[in-house]
Amino acid sequence: MLLIPCPHCGERPEIEFTYGGEAHLVRPADPSTLDDAAWADYLYMRTNTKGVHAERWRHARGCGRFFNALRDTTTDQFLGSYRIGEPKPALSMGEPR
Amino acid sequence: MSRWRTASGGRIDRTRALAFRFDGVRYEGLAGDTLASALLANGVHLVGRSFKYHRPRGIVTAGAEEPSALVAVRRDGARETPNLRATQVELYEGLDALSQNRWPSLARDVGRINDWLSPLFPAGFYYKTFMWPKSAWKSVYEPVIRRAAGLGVAPTEPDPDRYAQCYAHCDVLVVGAGPAGLAAALAAADQGARVMICDEQSEFGGSLLADRHATIDGASAAAWVARAVADLAAHPRVVCLTRTTAFGYFPHNLIGLAERLTDHLDAPAPQAARERLWQVRARSVVLATGAVERPLVFPGNDRPGVMLAGAARTYLNRYGVRVGDRVVLVTATDAGYQAAIDLRDAGVAVVGIADLRPTVSGELPAAARAAGIEVTESATVLGTSGNRRVAGITIARTTSAGTGGDRRTLACDAVLMSGGFTPSVHLFSQSRGKLRWSDDHQAFLPDRSAERERSAGACRGATDLAAAIADGLEAGAESAPTRTAAARRITARSPRSADRGYLGAVPLASDASQKSFVDWQHDVTIKDLAIATREGFRSIEHVKRFTTMGMATDQGKTSNLNALAIVARAIDAPIPSVGLTTFRMPYTPTTFGAFAGPSRGDLFDPVRRTPIHAWAAAAGAVFEDVGMWKRARYFPERGEDMHAAVARECRAVRSACGLFDASTLGKIEVVGPGAAEFLERLYVNSWANLGVGRCRYGILCREDGFIYDDGVIARLAADRFHVTTTTGGAPRVLAMMEDYRQTEWPDLEVWLTSTTEQWAVIAVQGPDAREVLRGCVEGIDLDAAALPHMSVAAARICGIEGLVMRVSFSGELGYELNVPADHGLGVWKAVHAAGAAHGITCYGTETMHVLRAEKGYIIVGQDTDGTVTPDDAGLSWAVGRKKPDFVGRRSLQRQSMQAPDRKQLVGLRPRDGRTLLDEGAQVAERPDQRPPMRLVGHVTSSYQSAVLGVPIALAMVAGGRARLGQTLYIPMPGGDVEVEVVSPVFYDPKGERINA
Repeated sequence: MLLIPCPHCGERPEIEFTYGGEAHLVRPADPSTLDDAAWADYLYMRTNTKGVHAERWRHARGCGRFFNALRDTTTDQFLGSYRIGEPKPALSMGEPR
Repeated sequence: MSRWRTASGGRIDRTRALAFRFDGVRYEGLAGDTLASALLANGVHLVGRSFKYHRPRGIVTAGAEEPSALVAVRRDGARETPNLRATQVELYEGLDALSQNRWPSLARDVGRINDWLSPLFPAGFYYKTFMWPKSAWKSVYEPVIRRAAGLGVAPTEPDPDRYAQCYAHCDVLVVGAGPAGLAAALAAADQGARVMICDEQSEFGGSLLADRHATIDGASAAAWVARAVADLAAHPRVVCLTRTTAFGYFPHNLIGLAERLTDHLDAPAPQAARERLWQVRARSVVLATGAVERPLVFPGNDRPGVMLAGAARTYLNRYGVRVGDRVVLVTATDAGYQAAIDLRDAGVAVVGIADLRPTVSGELPAAARAAGIEVTESATVLGTSGNRRVAGITIARTTSAGTGGDRRTLACDAVLMSGGFTPSVHLFSQSRGKLRWSDDHQAFLPDRSAERERSAGACRGATDLAAAIADGLEAGAESAPTRTAAARRITARSPRSADRGYLGAVPLASDASQKSFVDWQHDVTIKDLAIATREGFRSIEHVKRFTTMGMATDQGKTSNLNALAIVARAIDAPIPSVGLTTFRMPYTPTTFGAFAGPSRGDLFDPVRRTPIHAWAAAAGAVFEDVGMWKRARYFPERGEDMHAAVARECRAVRSACGLFDASTLGKIEVVGPGAAEFLERLYVNSWANLGVGRCRYGILCREDGFIYDDGVIARLAADRFHVTTTTGGAPRVLAMMEDYRQTEWPDLEVWLTSTTEQWAVIAVQGPDAREVLRGCVEGIDLDAAALPHMSVAAARICGIEGLVMRVSFSGELGYELNVPADHGLGVWKAVHAAGAAHGITCYGTETMHVLRAEKGYIIVGQDTDGTVTPDDAGLSWAVGRKKPDFVGRRSLQRQSMQAPDRKQLVGLRPRDGRTLLDEGAQVAERPDQRPPMRLVGHVTSSYQSAVLGVPIALAMVAGGRARLGQTLYIPMPGGDVEVEVVSPVFYDPKGERINA
């Protein structure tokens, strides 16, 4: 079971969280201006990263808040987490926790 | 005292004899024995029959790696545990053990015929032999094979035992309490760390418990262990767990431990938990899991009496048991000599030593020679003899010509083998650490860690005692969060043994007629591995699956490396390139009970009950599960079946008044200056123009345009909405709302609160509903003009402050009374009493379904399936046309979402007026088709309508709304049913009743 760093509460076990998919996808301000392909891209296309992935989590059974985290998808190690609205931090590869 | 028991020594209590039974025969052992050591002390070597060939099998090891001596231990009918390793079963008074996989008896086993027929069952025979006829596999072949091949039998009664679970946190978890583990725990504790140390055995000490020669800090191994254990036990920050197996290494240093609490007791307290599952989150982990001795692969190596040299030494030194009177050692290590010397010192005749190595020198071989034991170098084994126990072994010297010279047969009653040591890297590998092949050790050793973890001692190649202890000390100190104390030093001395060991089959084994076993538990021989490579398998993962090598419950602890070497040699490739099979949890089999813990029966899953549940139960309601909720399905009276009860309830609602518990409806309060705008952006409907005190049916789509949930939303104030959801949908709707609120529209000032359990909801539905409520509701005018359909008002309901919503899911004049949950039952009773004069009738979810289907109201998740748009469901009237955006709007604009041939909600009426359609049945345009049929839709809801007297159904049909009046066909088990496509609103299409 992963230990997930909630930026509000600290590290908590995975069962307290729900996964929210790729981070930094912003809903278009006016979707009606997008053509079908661009809308499909927003709706369905994801990066499927091998390596460090910025993703959303929600501390659903804790503070209830969404946040973003950087996780290495090859090792499941978290490199850090940050609040919604904060920019994606520059990468600093830490040692395994 | 049995003649195989030594006169003194060992860790058994010679004053406490314990009676036990094996296959019904009474024997005697001593406190401190395992079942294996007690059997050996009684001269019992034959303990089971093998998996496939039913060959007689004995005890090969003295520990968790045992591949052969599997037994069942029975306490009573429900407490019979199969497939236990006799080497790990602690003896208690009255222990009742049974051998497995034999019939009619262990000594005379009919299945043994498999061994003589073995040429018919080589590796892969399942895949090739039982192909025809195809149907016979399930009915004939598989059941027969399953009965003939196999291990123990699980009891059929429910497990009556209790299993506990707990969580723990520590700075350093040490797995294994042998020399390296004890040293690591002491060193970590010295530095002030919170330490947990566990070991699967009944006492700490590991290999030191069977070591007569080592000295540590000037004391004997046993004395040092006693001191170390006392120090750890007295330490306030150390937790010591014996009989505790670390079975699994999970991400981020979560380790699963299974602690066996009562299996070693003759009379466990009735309330005592049998096992405790620990989930330990450790800051650092030290794996001190040791190494297991490897068997040698030679012809006839599976006869009872053939065992690992280290096991024989353990039985002698720890349990005071001689494994035979005349033993032969076959070895490729110096360590094997230690066993021979110890046995000889205990009065056992060591008939000879066959060493596979060409030249043998070193401290231990020298000692053996000095003791007059004959050592044959460059030796190999040509075969063994003996029926239910080994009686002789034929050895030879390998010559440069590749033949066996100096062939000799030695009479013996036990053969010891020592092929080297395989580090136990299971947990390290489970942690996703990377292994590397070490030529020096002829083994895979831990290389790069994936977690904050390090291995110490023999499991990473430090087999020498002093090196293992030094490694443990370093690992423990290094793993502590802080290093303040001076480093502890421990001096240790034991006879040196340089042991690269031997991998693969011994020379000439493949020429022998006797089988050479690699995997005892799955009966895999060198011949099977040869077949696999001949068939073209190269990766060990493929060889493993073809031969089932290493796939038994022991996961190949004793067999994997030998198999690797044999395959590598056969395909002429270096061992690391053949690969290593993946280690998976559990390290040793773990009971389901430990995993389940208290989550059984009533505690398996939470149950949600409404405030009215107890009343409904007393009224005889039949309940159904809806999500976690228990909902009253119908209220049968005197001998009514569901059909009759539902028909009566339906008639009552349509003709008078019904009372329905709708408390399970999901409820979310959406509050704040941005509340209306929030719903405007989220739901397909318009909200800005909804007046205070009014309600509206809302539809929530996902961004892909498909219906996600629906429910009535009431505006209680300009900035306050009472949103209802489907019963099962509340959590996911709230999660979706939170997602948009927090991540997309943080600009909106809006707060979301789940109020599902705060409100009890009592639906009063039917033409008499208003009259019933006149006596119950104060403070508001119930007349249609003052409180029209789809309106809401605060009121006193039977004296309780609440909300009266005039809404209807039945199509009748209806109200839903919302009162605080604590008052739900009281109000329910009061309304029920007030309605008595009107013949008020309680109804359940089944009637609710019929009534709503008569009105064509959908149930999300029943009539919709995640591919249905609002228009598909006939709800385009609800969509706010003028809204610039809402969740799902852009997707609904796609051409394919507006195609006229999309499946649309319609009603179906059987032409014969009496056949009830199956929900889920397909819809066809033409009758009497054969597969593959052209199908145009499916039935989503189907009921007998009491008020119409005919069956009705809702269906999703391609281009359905353009088909009104058409005839379609529903293929059912009894043949096609002719149906007419009709409007989904079967009853009161003008809605006059609802607005009454």
